[in-house]
Amino acid sequence: MIQTLAFYLFAIVVIAAAVLTITARNPVHSVLWLILAFFNAAGLMLIAGAEFIAMLLVIVYVGAVAVLFLFVVMMLDVDFAEMRAGFMRYLPFGLLLALVLAAEVIFAVAAWNAGGVDMGARIAPAAGDMPNIEAMGRLLYTRYLYIFEAAGLVLLVAMVGAIVLTHRTRGGTRPQNIARQVRRRPQDSTRNMKPSVGQGVEL
Amino acid sequence: MDYAANLAMTMPEIILSVTGIALLLVAAWGGSTRWVSGLAIGALLTASFSLIGPPTSGGVAFDGLYKADAFAGFAKALIFIAAAVAIAIAPRFFARTEGDDLKPEYPVLILFSAVGMGMMASAADLITLYVGLELQSLAAYVLASFMRRDTRSAEAGLKYFVLGSLASGILLYGISLVYGFTGTTIFEEIAVGIAQQQGSENGLSLGLLFGIVFTFAGIAFKISAVPFHMWTPDVYEGAPTPVTTFFASAPKVAAMALAVRLAVEGMGTATDEWRQIVIFAALASIILGAVAAIGQTNIKRLLAYSSINNVGFALIGLAAGNPEGVAAVMSYMAIYVAMTLGAFLCVLQMRGADGQPVEDIASLSGMSKTRPGVAAALAIFMFSLAGIPPLMGFWAKFLVFDAAVAAGYLTLAAVGIAASVIGAYYYLKIVKTMYFDEPAPAFRPVESYVEGGLITVAAILVSPIGYLLIAPLGLAAQRAAVSLF
Repeated sequence: MIQTLAFYLFAIVVIAAAVLTITARNPVHSVLWLILAFFNAAGLMLIAGAEFIAMLLVIVYVGAVAVLFLFVVMMLDVDFAEMRAGFMRYLPFGLLLALVLAAEVIFAVAAWNAGGVDMGARIAPAAGDMPNIEAMGRLLYTRYLYIFEAAGLVLLVAMVGAIVLTHRTRGGTRPQNIARQVRRRPQDSTRNMKPSVGQGVEL
Repeated sequence: MDYAANLAMTMPEIILSVTGIALLLVAAWGGSTRWVSGLAIGALLTASFSLIGPPTSGGVAFDGLYKADAFAGFAKALIFIAAAVAIAIAPRFFARTEGDDLKPEYPVLILFSAVGMGMMASAADLITLYVGLELQSLAAYVLASFMRRDTRSAEAGLKYFVLGSLASGILLYGISLVYGFTGTTIFEEIAVGIAQQQGSENGLSLGLLFGIVFTFAGIAFKISAVPFHMWTPDVYEGAPTPVTTFFASAPKVAAMALAVRLAVEGMGTATDEWRQIVIFAALASIILGAVAAIGQTNIKRLLAYSSINNVGFALIGLAAGNPEGVAAVMSYMAIYVAMTLGAFLCVLQMRGADGQPVEDIASLSGMSKTRPGVAAALAIFMFSLAGIPPLMGFWAKFLVFDAAVAAGYLTLAAVGIAASVIGAYYYLKIVKTMYFDEPAPAFRPVESYVEGGLITVAAILVSPIGYLLIAPLGLAAQRAAVSLF
């Protein structure tokens, strides 16, 4: 009962948040709705019994979205002064959102304690009571090793590509050269002068 | 099966990835681009030779993720040779353009791309298919925008990236549906799952059908079949010419091999379902490739439409859906690679007196008088692409039409032949411009023995002398096709 309830709650909020993500005019709001959608998707995974994917969603996606958020703020000229002006006006709305999230967390924990939903027979059931993470790790490093290594190459290519497309040697910068600093001796850089009176100094 | 046997079957990919990583280090510690390029070409040739043995006859590796058969071997040999050519022709092109010198990452990225293409050709699982495709595409996106100071190159890279991501999304959606409705990602088991559904009273489920359609749509983007061809002319025009040469050859072969294997091995039991998609894509590609190319004034755009057109012809062979059809597709791709590489090598020779590349078709005017050698070679490639006997392009088209007619698709073959006549118009127009128009200012002479030699080899291969190769090519293609069924 409670799982079904939790499922529908999460599902409805995911869809609503997804719709609001693409309809929100303010890009920052859009990102916030996206985060809500990710949290709810994580909840859905939790009641499906995939706790590892749920954690992954929260850590990777919500974590990565924080970076995405940063990019949006940097690239689109968002007027923060204007946004802060409406803080009190949007406070009830924000509180409502927080309340929904809090309720969901409680629901998720309760549903988790009540056991997973039986969503049809799994095709590859985990052996015994092996936890999700262990089962995935075992598959990833044995059966799917080939793909795993190839995925590593994909990441390497992404890194090489990013460097090739953005790196350039800048002229006119003065990077710190520690070896040169240490090598420098007082006699190389100071001179003893005896300027004659009234003649000024020669530099 | 023990691990050593698995690794022996993936030898070409292992050679290429290890060399790629080592060359990154060589480049980082001051190795010159010349050295890195040379070693990369060496690695590609070594990988081609390593195909003899387990990589072409080993069978299934890594629990069904990877398949080392004659089909994969045939495709990989083409891919590696085309990739090696793309590396060999780069230095002179980049030396001519100001500011954007050739960085050692160019050969390295092509190596990694070749690893991805090898994975695609050997993919026997939807996950291998996707990862291989992504590895190839990601390297290709970077290569497309390799000339950073050229806005067209940057635009090409961005366009390719955005549209490629969209296609990946569509492909993944299809893959997830297929997995959801058959419960497996391994091609052979998918075929069994489809057959089971067809045997049941409800027939093939709608979800699975959608999955098949979406998967094919995603792959159609990679082979640039209509209606997923929009990116091709823009990317081919904007990308540096050696990169365009690469795009038009190796990835096309890899994606076509992938499409054939998925269609025959993975969805062979649903042939009637995917045949409709393939027939539509084939006809649309042939007709659009022929008609849209007529108005082009840029030679690279024209060759882009020509590649769309050629993919359509190759798909006719796939539509036949039998070993003869698949053999025709593989022969077609082999001959197509020779023609396309040759044509792009001639385009590389188009540069004005100041050494800057020229891409106008009008500037070819009267080339037979100023540069008779290159003009003759380009004329051979154009006649061959148009499918005029006795050149090899004719033989390729003959094979696919023959397979289609033998399988009972007479209308399909007839429409294809009719459209190839439209296509002949713009190929012949280039020949006419070169041979019968008033001479325009002459291009710089061919200064590179490598490029001159490659043009000569390609021209000989597609000329009637190439007919001597028909028997071995046919045999290899036949063996490749039979290994799929």
